[in-house]
Formats: sequence, structure tokens, C-alpha cells
Amino acid sequence: MRDILNNMKKTDPSRRSVLSLGAGLAALTACNSAKQETPSLVGAPLSKHGNRSPHETSSRALPPPDTKTPATGSSRTPLQDTYGIITPSGLHFERHHSGVPDIDPATHELLIHGLVEQPLVYKLEDLKRFPAVSRIHFVECSGNGRSEYSGNLGADPQQSHGLASCSEWTGVPAKLLLAEANVKPEAKWVIAEGGDACRLTRSIPIAKLLDDALIVYAQNGEPIRPEQGYPMRLLLPGWEGNTNTKWLRRLNVADGPAMTAHETAYYTDLLPDGKARQFSFELEAKSVITRPAGGQKMPSGAGAYEITGLAWSGRGKIQRVEISVDGGKSWKDAELQQAGFAKAFTRFRMPWNWDGGAASLQSRATDDTGYLQPTADEMLEARGRNYGYHNNQIKVWYVRADGSVSHVAQGA
Amino acid sequence: MSEPMGVCRMLRRALKIGGASMGAMALLGIAALGQQARIGKPASEDKVKGMDITVFPDGRGLPAGSGTAARGKDIFKEKCAVCHNDQGQGREGQYPALVGGIGTIKTPKPVKTVGSYWPYATTVFDYIRRAMPYDQPGTLQADEIYSLAGFVLNLNGIVSESDVIDKDTLPKVKMPNRDGFVPDARPDIKAKR
Repeated sequence: MRDILNNMKKTDPSRRSVLSLGAGLAALTACNSAKQETPSLVGAPLSKHGNRSPHETSSRALPPPDTKTPATGSSRTPLQDTYGIITPSGLHFERHHSGVPDIDPATHELLIHGLVEQPLVYKLEDLKRFPAVSRIHFVECSGNGRSEYSGNLGADPQQSHGLASCSEWTGVPAKLLLAEANVKPEAKWVIAEGGDACRLTRSIPIAKLLDDALIVYAQNGEPIRPEQGYPMRLLLPGWEGNTNTKWLRRLNVADGPAMTAHETAYYTDLLPDGKARQFSFELEAKSVITRPAGGQKMPSGAGAYEITGLAWSGRGKIQRVEISVDGGKSWKDAELQQAGFAKAFTRFRMPWNWDGGAASLQSRATDDTGYLQPTADEMLEARGRNYGYHNNQIKVWYVRADGSVSHVAQGA
Repeated sequence: MSEPMGVCRMLRRALKIGGASMGAMALLGIAALGQQARIGKPASEDKVKGMDITVFPDGRGLPAGSGTAARGKDIFKEKCAVCHNDQGQGREGQYPALVGGIGTIKTPKPVKTVGSYWPYATTVFDYIRRAMPYDQPGTLQADEIYSLAGFVLNLNGIVSESDVIDKDTLPKVKMPNRDGFVPDARPDIKAKR
């Protein structure tokens, strides 16, 4: 290999004469450009697994480094650096409650038992014998945007909305496995348990498992990443991330919910009257402008730009996204980039002539149930400040006259 | 190639048969698959027993064994206090408090703990068994877990030091916030255009 490269660097004498002739001809027309530009170099060799350009450094945002339990917490997707609707698998957000387990797919088993005629186990290789389906769906932590209950606090799209990502998932409909186990008529819930250290468990109404739930083993064309539940996870399209059990090891078919810690102590939504909503699974329509957005700088002065962002709904398709550049006084329809998938990211965009002055940008999504994304005031009035989960209020970015973009208004 | 195709065909055929009527399954036109089409392997009783750690709020799934808060005190000190502190008060910003906050849930500054917020005592057993201690989950014996559950409930003034905690008594413990939960009522906001 080295020899080939060395030989290529040595100039072939016959080739030199041709080059000299060419250079001489060029010199006739442009006397001071006799020197050739730097010769091109042969690039890097083939590789078994590709990596992104070293010039690209966009990363998941990690929590502060002083935590004593680094395996518990969340990392956020840099939505502002993504294009189209698919999140690169390596940038998909993480939320773990006791770290990422190292699971050998050869020994991992999924057990289905409880109110079934025949308890069954499945290995990864068994799941792959079923007719596979591939669907594009977002996954979002219901804690995404939690800080927004206290104001427009997220400083950039990654901080305000980065606990959401979208992938093409491949797997088998959960209903096919339940049909094999032969569910008894009194079954109403399925208790899904993960293979992480804390055996994270959620109770799911069986109707969802018989509807569009998948047990997936692939993401964006490759086996799902360890952080996303390798070798298999439950995917409940449109439902809060915590219910999409990663490292799935057990489905216990039951007549009622188990009332686990993660459906009582956590992931319940506290109202001002002291009552908490429980089993609030659906993620409501939401959108965020990803460019221009907080933390960015307008690349040059007044002129033509594009406003772009992402919208999604756990109830169906995004039907419409409107954009305001004047603080919500007037709204214009954005273009939806392509025929939207249900319960998936939808990319929107709108051309914008920036006049170089201060502007307040915001987007609001409407899904195909007719539901319209609310304002911060509407959300606060209905739920109070301690609701904690399921914040889908309109996000505002402020473009300043100096070209910087912030979550805080100029002079505020 | 031929085997997966065969499986697919069998599956489709089996799904079309739609024989036995079984509640929701039948409504969706899904029937039990024929024996020869089944891909999952039968799970033995031992396999199910070995993996099933679900505890229901009515006590189903709780194992034999028992404990008391008095016995739980030393276990807590040895295995839990490093994070949750001697009296379950937690360590701010890192490890949650297990005690206190009773009566604050309706206030503007609610303090959510086992005592103030958790609706079922069975969840205390279930969560300790599956998830605690944080760095060594799955290592506690049933008697230890019953005693720890008793200790945490006693710190909150919910059971006494000598109350026997077992599969019969634990589900009967009434938690202060037992009636604090309501079904999801969303969509709850009708935004104005």
C-alpha cells in the first residue's frame, strides 16, 4: 500500500513533459499563474465502519458532571444540528434510571406470561422470524420541556426540546406475540419490564399493545443501540418515552396495573388542587423552531433566511404549522417538508426576510385531531407550575439587532 | 429463505382464521395461532417463577417472609443510609428523601416522598426489591425487604416499629395519598387561535 502511494507521488517523466507543455500553454494566456495549485492528495483508505467528518462535533448534552449517579439521568439531542426528520442514532436522547446494561443477544429472552393460555419465551432470533414492519416514529420523554413550566427557560433547542428524537424502527407488532401466547378474556393491562439494573417497569393498557405497539430490534437500519434498548425494546408510538420499555425482558399480561414506582411516584402530573393525573400516556402536539434559535447567531446581516423546525404529535399527523415573527401578533403557514408520518417528526420551514431589527420567532402546531399547541399562559392556567410533565407550550426565540438569538428578550 | 416465507404464510393464514372469541383479541380479528405456526417457545413454570417479580397493589406477587421496622433500622443504616441519609431525609439534589412532606401536596411547594405521595405500600416493597440498593439491586432477601419497607413506612408515621410487615399486612396499609390520583383528562387546554 505504502509503495503504491510513494510511486504515485513520484512524477512520471513522460507525464511531466505533458504537464510542462500544458503549463506553458497556460502561461501564454495568464503569465502570473504559472505555478500549479497544490496537487490533490489521495484520501483515507476504506474502513469497516464509517464515522462522521472530524469537522462535525455536534453532541448530546450531558447533565452537570458532579452527579454521584452518572448512570442515571438524561442526555439531550442537539435538534438544532439535525436535518430532515431522522435523528442520527448516536445522537438519540437518552434517559436511563440505572445505566445501560450490557446484554448478550444470544442469551437474552423475552418472557410473555400472566393471563395467557401458554407462557412463551422469545429470543432475538425468534423475533426476526416474524414478518417485520418498519415505521418512522418519534420517542419523547414526558419530562421534555419540564423547565418551561417556570418560563421560557431552555436556552437552545437542545436544552428546551432535546429529550425527543425520531428514528425508523423495525420490529414485530406486539399483537402477534400476544396472539401466540393466547391472551385470556379478562386481560386488560400488560406490565412491561426492562432488563436494566432497576428492572424499570410500566403498566400498559392491553389495547395499545393490540393496536400499534411494536417490539423493535432495529433503528435506522442497524440493530438498536445499547442506549436505546439493545437487543429489543417496546415501542409505543406517540406515548411517553418511559413506557417504551428498553432492554425488554418481560410482558406480564394482567387484569390491572401494578402501580409501580414509575407510574405513581414518578411520571404522574400534579395539579394545583393536589390531585395527580396518572397513566397520562399521550404526547400532545408540539413544535420548536430549530434555526434560527437560541444560542445561534445570524450568519450575516439583514436579508433572506429560512426559518425551520420540527413538529410532532402523539395523536397522529401534523396537519399545520404556523410561524410568527412578530411576537404572536400575526401568523403565517409554514411549508411542511414532506408528506408527514403519524406520530413522527415533521420538518417545517418558511422563508424569512429579516429586516435586521429585533424579532420574536415562534411556531405553533396543529395535529389531525384539530388540537392546537397552546401558549405558555394557557398551559400555566390549566395546570399550574408543579405539573412537571407533558409541557408542549409554544417556544419563543428572540432575534436581536446584533444578530444573536436568545430565549430572553432584548432588554429583559 | 423458504422457512421464513413459510412462517409468514402460516401466520397470515392463522390470523385470518379468527376462531376462538377472546374479548379484545377477537374484536381485532386476532386468533390464537395454530400449534405448528408458533414461533415462541413454551416457558416452563420454573422459568416464569424465576423471572416474575411483579407485585400488585392487592398483594398478589408478594413473597413469603416478614419483617418489622425495628429490624429494618440496622439494615437501612448498613445498605441505604449512604444515599438516603440516616433517617431517610435524602441528600439534596442527589438522592431523594423518603420521609416528610405529608400535607404539602396541595400547597404551591409540594414535597413528594414515599410518605406524602406514594399511593400504595406494596410499591415500596416492589421498588426496593427491583431497584435497591442502587448499586446492588436484586441482592436483598424477602425478610430484609419487608423490614426495610416497614422502616420507611415507620419513619413516615404510617406503621409502628413492631407491626409485622408481610404479604397479608402490607397491602392493607393505607397510604396518606391513597386517593390522590385521577385519570388523565387531557386534552385539557383549548388553545385560542
